[in-house]
Amino acid sequence: MDKLLLLGDEAIAQGAIDAGMSGVYAYPGTPSTEIMEYVQASKQAVELNIHRKWSANEKTAMESSLGMSYAGKRAMVCFKHVGLNVAADPFLNASITGVNGGLVVVVGDDPSMHSSQNEQDSRFYAKFAMIPILEPSNQQEAYDMAYSAFALSERVNVPVMIRITTRLAHSRSGVVRKAVTAQNEIKLPTNPRQFVLLPAIARVNYKKLLSTLPLMDTLAEESEFNVLTKGKSNRLGIIAAGIAYNYLMENIGDKSDQYHILKLTQYPLPPKQVRELYEQCDEILVLEDGYPLIEEMVKGFLNTGKPVHGRLDGTVPRDGELNPAIVARALGMEVTEGMPIPEIVKNRPPSLCVGCGHRDVYTDLNEAIKEYGTGRVFADIGCYTLGALPPFNAINSTVDMGASITMAIGAADAGLVPAVAVIGDSTFTHSGMTGLLDAVNVNAPITVIISDNSTTGMTGGQDSAALGRIVNICKGIGVDPDHIHVLTPLKKYHEENVAVMKKELAYQGVSVIIPQRECIQTFARRKKNERKAADKK
Amino acid sequence: MKTDIILAGVGGQGILTIAAGIGLAAVKSNLYIKQAEVHGMSQRGGDVQSNLRLSDKPISSDLISHGKADLILSVEPMEGLRYLPYLSPKGWLVTNTTPFDNIPNYPEVEGIMKEVKKIKNHIALDADAIAKEVGSSRSSNIVMLGAASPFIDIEFSDLEDGVRKLFGSKGAEVVEVNIKALRAGREFSQEYMK
Repeated sequence: MDKLLLLGDEAIAQGAIDAGMSGVYAYPGTPSTEIMEYVQASKQAVELNIHRKWSANEKTAMESSLGMSYAGKRAMVCFKHVGLNVAADPFLNASITGVNGGLVVVVGDDPSMHSSQNEQDSRFYAKFAMIPILEPSNQQEAYDMAYSAFALSERVNVPVMIRITTRLAHSRSGVVRKAVTAQNEIKLPTNPRQFVLLPAIARVNYKKLLSTLPLMDTLAEESEFNVLTKGKSNRLGIIAAGIAYNYLMENIGDKSDQYHILKLTQYPLPPKQVRELYEQCDEILVLEDGYPLIEEMVKGFLNTGKPVHGRLDGTVPRDGELNPAIVARALGMEVTEGMPIPEIVKNRPPSLCVGCGHRDVYTDLNEAIKEYGTGRVFADIGCYTLGALPPFNAINSTVDMGASITMAIGAADAGLVPAVAVIGDSTFTHSGMTGLLDAVNVNAPITVIISDNSTTGMTGGQDSAALGRIVNICKGIGVDPDHIHVLTPLKKYHEENVAVMKKELAYQGVSVIIPQRECIQTFARRKKNERKAADKK
Repeated sequence: MKTDIILAGVGGQGILTIAAGIGLAAVKSNLYIKQAEVHGMSQRGGDVQSNLRLSDKPISSDLISHGKADLILSVEPMEGLRYLPYLSPKGWLVTNTTPFDNIPNYPEVEGIMKEVKKIKNHIALDADAIAKEVGSSRSSNIVMLGAASPFIDIEFSDLEDGVRKLFGSKGAEVVEVNIKALRAGREFSQEYMK
C-alpha cells in the first residue's frame, strides 16, 4: 500500500477506521482535534457510514462511545487531557462495566502547556482505572496501535487508552496501512446485567476487573510494542516511554548498543522486562514525557534500591515536555548550541484576530463596568480568554470549561456585586448551562455575557452545538426574558451596547447578554466556499 | 543526505503551505520526512514554527536540536531571528524582509536587518514585492520556498511538482503563478550567491 503522510492524530484516525471502528465521539481540544476532523473528511469513513459528529462535551462523548460498545460495535472517543477530567466519571466507571465492542479512549496530553491550562498526565487516569495504555513513539506506531487497540480492549474487557502528546499529535510522517477490518455486527452483552452498576453487580464486576490485571501484565510483556534490547555495558539501563524513545535514539544513534534499553509503549509496566533491566544494570534512567509515573513506580516510595534517575532527582527537568537536548543532558552528552536570540526580538503572544467580535465585546464591557472597578470578570476557555492580555486586560479568571458562570455566582454570594461571567457559545453548551440553572435557582446577581461567534473558534472552527438556539436555551433554563439581550458587537453599536450592559450590571438578578457575530475566520472560509461553489456553476 | 529546516512566521501567515509543498516533494523523492507543526492558541497571531526534517535514512526525533538546523526559512524578518539557537554554524537563514507588525512594540526594521546581516550565511529578500511582480501578491510564501530551494536537498523539478500538486485543485492559473513565484525566489538566491 502507498505511504500516507499523516499527523500523529490522523494516523490514529486512519488506524481506527481500518480496524473496523463504527463510530468516533469527541469534543474539540488541542492537541486532539484533528482525529475527529480526519474521520469527518475521510471518504472511506463516509462510505463505511462511521458515526463522526462532535458531541456537546467530553462526558457525553465518552458515554455515547460506551453505548456503542454496549451494542457490540467498536467505538473511539477523543479529547485533550483536561477533557478527560470532564469525562472522568464515565471513564472510570467504564472499566467497572467493562466493554462489549472494543472501546478506545484517545487522550492528547499537552506537556509544556502549548495550548492548555495545565500539563496533567493522563497515564495516571489509566492507572487509576486499571486499564492498559498504548503510548506510540511515532506516527506508524500511532496507526498500528489504533489498529490493534480495539482487539486488545475486547480481549481484556476494558477500555484501552491511547495516550499521545502534542509533538506526536501535530507532527507528520509516513505511515503504511494495514488491511481494512469489517465492522462488528450489533450484539448485546452476553450478561444482560454487565452494564448495570448497582452495588451488588459492581462489586462482582470490580473483582472481575482485578482478576484481569495479571492478563494485562502478561499482554504487556508479550507485546510487540515493548522492546528490551541489551547493551554491551551494564552501567546504565534506560526506560524510554512513547516519544521519549525518539529523542533517545536521536542522541545515541549508532551507539545504542552501549546501553540496555527498554522501549516502553504498552502499559501496565511489563514486570518481566522491567525486572530484567533493573537486575542487570547498575543505574536506571527513566525518560517519559509528562509526570514521573514510571520513575515513581520503579523507584518505590522508600527508594532503597539502585539509583533511578529522571524527573524526581533533577536529571530531567521536573516540568515541561522533553526534547532532544534535555535527553542529551540526561545522558551526560554534550549539547550543541546555536547563536543566542538577539535582544531586538520581541515576544509575539497570540491575540484576538483583527475584526473579531470578542474585541468589541471587551471594549464595550470595559467601559460599562468602569464605575464598579476592576477584578470582577470571570471568563472561560476559548479565544476570548485572550481578553486577559493587553490592550483589553478585561478578565480576572479562566479555570475550566464553564467555570465563568459558577465562579461569578460564588463571588456574588460573597458580596462581589455585580459579578460578570464571559463565556463563548460552545463553552456555554459544553458546561455553562447547568451553572446558569444554579444562578437562576438562587437569583444570583450576576451578568452572563455569552459571546456568541457561532463556532468553536480556538480549535479551528468546529460546529457549535446549539447554533441559533442560545436565546431559547436561556429562556428554557428560566432566565427572565426581559433580562436577555441579543447585541451586535460592532463599533457602530458601541454606545447602545454599553448602555444595555450598564443597565444589566445594575440589575439585582440573573441577566444574560448575547453579543452575536460570526467568527471572522469561519466567515472568511464560508465566503470562500460560496465563491468556489458559484464559480463551479 | 539530511536537511533540517525550521520554518518561521506568524500564525495565519501560512508557513504550513510551504511545509506541505516540501512534504509533497519529499514523498516524491522517496525521502523520509518528519514535520512538527504548531496548532492551537499560537495560530491566533502568535509566533509559530514548524520543524521539518528530511533524510534518506529513517528519522528519530520530530524536533530539531539546537545548533543543528541546516536552514531557517522565515516569512517574516524578526521571526527568523527567534530561532537562531537552532541554526548550525554552517546553516543558512533565508528570510523575507517584509515585517508582519501585529504587536505594539515591534522593533525598527533597520535594527532587525542589522541582526540578519550579522549571520554569515543569510539571504534576505522582499518576497512580497517579488510575488507582486510575478502577478500574485498572495504567493510570497512560495517565493520564499524558491529562495530557500538551493539549500534543500531535493531536485528542483520535484519541488515544482510539489507546488503543482499543492495548488492543483485551484486551477491552472493559480498553479502557473505559483511556479513563477517559486522560480523567481530561486533566481534571487542564485543571483545573490554568484
